[in-house]
Amino acid sequence: MFSGWLRAGALSAAAVVASVGWAQARTDLVVGMQLEPPHLDPTSAAAGAIDSVLYSNVFEGLTRFMSDGSVVPGLAESWEISEDGTVYTFTLRSGVSFHDGTAMDAEDVKFSLDRARAEDSQNAQKALFADIDTVEVVDPQTVRVTLKQPNGSFLFNMAWGDAVIVAPESIDGIKQQPVGTGAFKFSNWVQGDRIEIVKNPDYWGEPAKLDRATFKFIADPTAAFAAVMAEDVHVFSGFPAPENLPQFEADPRFQVLVGSTEGETILGTNNKMPPFDNVKVREALAHAIDRQAIIDGAMFGYGTPIGTHFAPHNPDYVDLTGMSDYDPEKSKALLAEAGFPDGFTTTLKLPPPSYARRGGEIIAAQLREVGIQTEITNLEWPQWLEEVFRGKDFGLTIVSHTEPADINIYARPDYYFQYDNPAFQQLMTDLNNTTDPAGRSAILKQAQEMIAGDYVNGYLFQLAALSVANAKVMGLWANAPTQATDLTGVYWED
Amino acid sequence: MLRFALKRLMSLVVTLWVASLVIFLSLEVVPGDPAAFMLGLNAQEDTLAALRDELGLNKGPVERYTDWVGGMLVGDFGTSYTYRTPVSRMILDRVQVSLPLALYALTLSTLIAFPAGIWAAARRGKPTDIVVMGITQLGVAIPNFWFAMLMVLVFAINLRWFNAGGFAGWDAGFFPAMKSLTLPAIALALPQASILARVMRSSLLDTLNEDFIRTARAKGLSRRQALWRHALRNALIPVLTIIGLQFAFLLAGAIIIENVFFLPGLGRLVFQAISARDLIVVESVVMLLVFAVVLVNFLVDLAYAAVDPRLRGRR
Amino acid sequence: MNRNLAFGAGLTAVFVLAALISFAWVPQDVTQMDIANKIRPPSPAHPLGTDHFGRDILSMIMVGARTSIAVALVAVGIGMGLGVPLGLAAAARKGGWLDEVIMRANDLVFAFPSLLIAIMITAIFGASALNAIIAIGIFNIPVFARLTRSGALSLWTRDFVLAARVAGKGAARISFEHILPNVTNLLIVQGTIQFSLGILAEAGLSYVGLGAQPPTPSWGRMLADSQTMVSFAPHMALFPGLAILLTVLGLNLMGDGLRDLLDPRLRRDRQ
Repeated sequence: MFSGWLRAGALSAAAVVASVGWAQARTDLVVGMQLEPPHLDPTSAAAGAIDSVLYSNVFEGLTRFMSDGSVVPGLAESWEISEDGTVYTFTLRSGVSFHDGTAMDAEDVKFSLDRARAEDSQNAQKALFADIDTVEVVDPQTVRVTLKQPNGSFLFNMAWGDAVIVAPESIDGIKQQPVGTGAFKFSNWVQGDRIEIVKNPDYWGEPAKLDRATFKFIADPTAAFAAVMAEDVHVFSGFPAPENLPQFEADPRFQVLVGSTEGETILGTNNKMPPFDNVKVREALAHAIDRQAIIDGAMFGYGTPIGTHFAPHNPDYVDLTGMSDYDPEKSKALLAEAGFPDGFTTTLKLPPPSYARRGGEIIAAQLREVGIQTEITNLEWPQWLEEVFRGKDFGLTIVSHTEPADINIYARPDYYFQYDNPAFQQLMTDLNNTTDPAGRSAILKQAQEMIAGDYVNGYLFQLAALSVANAKVMGLWANAPTQATDLTGVYWED
Repeated sequence: MLRFALKRLMSLVVTLWVASLVIFLSLEVVPGDPAAFMLGLNAQEDTLAALRDELGLNKGPVERYTDWVGGMLVGDFGTSYTYRTPVSRMILDRVQVSLPLALYALTLSTLIAFPAGIWAAARRGKPTDIVVMGITQLGVAIPNFWFAMLMVLVFAINLRWFNAGGFAGWDAGFFPAMKSLTLPAIALALPQASILARVMRSSLLDTLNEDFIRTARAKGLSRRQALWRHALRNALIPVLTIIGLQFAFLLAGAIIIENVFFLPGLGRLVFQAISARDLIVVESVVMLLVFAVVLVNFLVDLAYAAVDPRLRGRR
Repeated sequence: MNRNLAFGAGLTAVFVLAALISFAWVPQDVTQMDIANKIRPPSPAHPLGTDHFGRDILSMIMVGARTSIAVALVAVGIGMGLGVPLGLAAAARKGGWLDEVIMRANDLVFAFPSLLIAIMITAIFGASALNAIIAIGIFNIPVFARLTRSGALSLWTRDFVLAARVAGKGAARISFEHILPNVTNLLIVQGTIQFSLGILAEAGLSYVGLGAQPPTPSWGRMLADSQTMVSFAPHMALFPGLAILLTVLGLNLMGDGLRDLLDPRLRRDRQ
């Protein structure tokens, strides 16, 4: 009886406080995302979901990406590069400690880099570290990295989630209990449901404004829609169903963030498989495709048409969409010229994301217009990796290449689309040896033109980063230069 | 009776053994490498080899089979390739969703089916019978995932009475957890209830035709009295069999409904594990489900034999 | 002719006809996309509206009926083709090792969760209409084997079979000449029911993406495609679902009606 009265009194007091407006802004946040990480070690799996939760929040590298894709100092405060571009001397920030209290020093950096490039390394991006020759500890605050050859993208490479700094003390439990240096500490993981992180009070930099954040995993687009509508989640980064975004845009409770990603979505073409070994056939393919219809039909209008394998928001981007404009008549003429007046039949193997499945159906219909018949096969990722990516058993496929600045994959003749052009390979070697920005820019532009002119793949569109958030949540990244949900600057507006 | 039980037990063991072979062998030939899936597009050959080694994928099939079966016998279901946690723990987590869901659906279905079936049987041929049987026809014919979608549209999106999906978790309390299972349980229960109501009705009608009921009727019992006092008890045997089978089915068969409502249950676990080629999880969960079905059948057989000695000679 | 049979056969006929007509004519080519006219509600031009690629939903349902019916029909064929001989053999060798092996194998198949196995089969061989047929067909085999066996067992003790045995006919010959014709009624009734279950199973498989592959329309995939759009375009989910519901309902009613008509045991019970 009495306790009931007491509770009622407390409640009304709280109500008074709230109505007077003394209430503090909220400091908790629930972030929805589609995929759950398989484990929590960003340095030993390709799963982007790991970085989506942990990058910059829990783990940090020597350098880091900003929202606009630029690379800025991270745990390394500054660095010096030798004249010949092979020796990088990093000065580490002082007073940085891991969440378990141990200090972050040059030994940890050496451990992390050596571990990533070791023989038994399980790093999914081992190539990032391939040019490293030695890593030396000069003193606790200084690390010297010597490269085998100059590498213009080394600082960029060190910003990846696969290159974050981990500690030997906590490495054994990293898959379940990640220990990093970031503004948030890992707190709890309910598998199949959510991961919780809390503010790190001892952070070396500007402290996080949120006290705690929960990542909730909702794979099903319908459930995601309902969860946001019911305000069960405050932010949904990477919203899986673009068709639902107009409903959020029309609702004043929400904001829709449309940003850029590094995902060039392409019609991957097997350049070694006849008839695609004929450049005329590939050009015919390019003119048969109506990009706008694909963007409208598969992505409900979200996405930027591209004419080459390069992100449109990059300053070095060249708009080459005109080289492969939609022109079915020209396409038919080219096919006839190449010896296929009646078209031909090929395979179109599609991985699970909806851009591929929906885009594939639309492309199949468009190709049919010019006489190319496709047999569609929907594949799960492991099958796609085995059949298409490793086995090269495909004619066409659709996939979004989400790695940043990855035009260099065209220099790998054994890469799944099997483009083998020595001139391009030379170009990439030149790029690595060039450090002056103007020279690099010129080479990158030339590279874009070369692959567009060879019609290596069908270039469709740049994937848009689509997020929905409560209208009062501020400081979110709209763009996705890498897989990350950086919450360090996120706060609730009063 | 003991001999019969032993014989059935033997055949249970053989069935399980053959099932384990079938499961293992069919998954051996599944294309797709779990290590490649984990490490993605830019993985190097040496990295893949290192991971495969750690996962034990470099061992021969015979060794992996004996490891798996031997482990299961002592309750060790192995370690998931993708999550790197014990499969038994994952199963335990998921059973906390699947088992209550199956029980919830079964309860609902029984609560609907019993009165419906009895009512229809009591008013056989009358309009109520025709209406009830008509509804059960619809209930059997409706695709339950479509029914689920319509319920989401009405109750979750338009009325916002329920969440469209997800599981609140037992930490959130009993009622929130049950609430998140309600729409899925209804979707699962509808076809089951329809089948059960039909079985109930026809079983009652069969019993009402049997001699002892006729005798009772001849002694002056009304049709309704005969039904309630004598027929019902005897009609329950086939109904209970169906309930037993439905339970086993609900445990495994909720996979599509779990997908619609995004519930972290056993079916979804297998579905995801197949997509990720987490074969050890697939093997163990499927084996567990087979075991559940075989066990239910075994118990039903024993119960039958206990009730009706004539059946012992059969099979 | 009873009411169930008439109504059920009528419903079934509508969808079979729709499937047959679709070979010759559909309102709009289902491979033709019209992105500019996507997700339109029903209108005179598109009586059931258009889908997310601007395709005519009525045409999709007509062509989809082909997929559903073909998959379910062949799956029943597999079940009968293999299950009936197995059941006959088991009955002929009742109590023998052959009977034992066949019945144990039946139990084994029944013990597997059918949907999960269907998913595994498609994981191994890839998603396609053919593999959906196999996955559904496998689980039809024990159904027909059991039914045939139990039907045949009661016949083996009948006088006309004894007469044939005395005349020196072999078990195989008796099974096909005397037993099989007398279990046909049972098989027709069960076949109708398995047919309707097959339609539901195909819808479920293609709903999770494991049935016929695009551009072949299928009812289950139409439902899956509509799922995220149900909040603003309910017509996309409504009509394919109704198509499944009505076809299955028609087949079930037909099955019930046929049972009343053909199964002598049940006819007695209905007196």
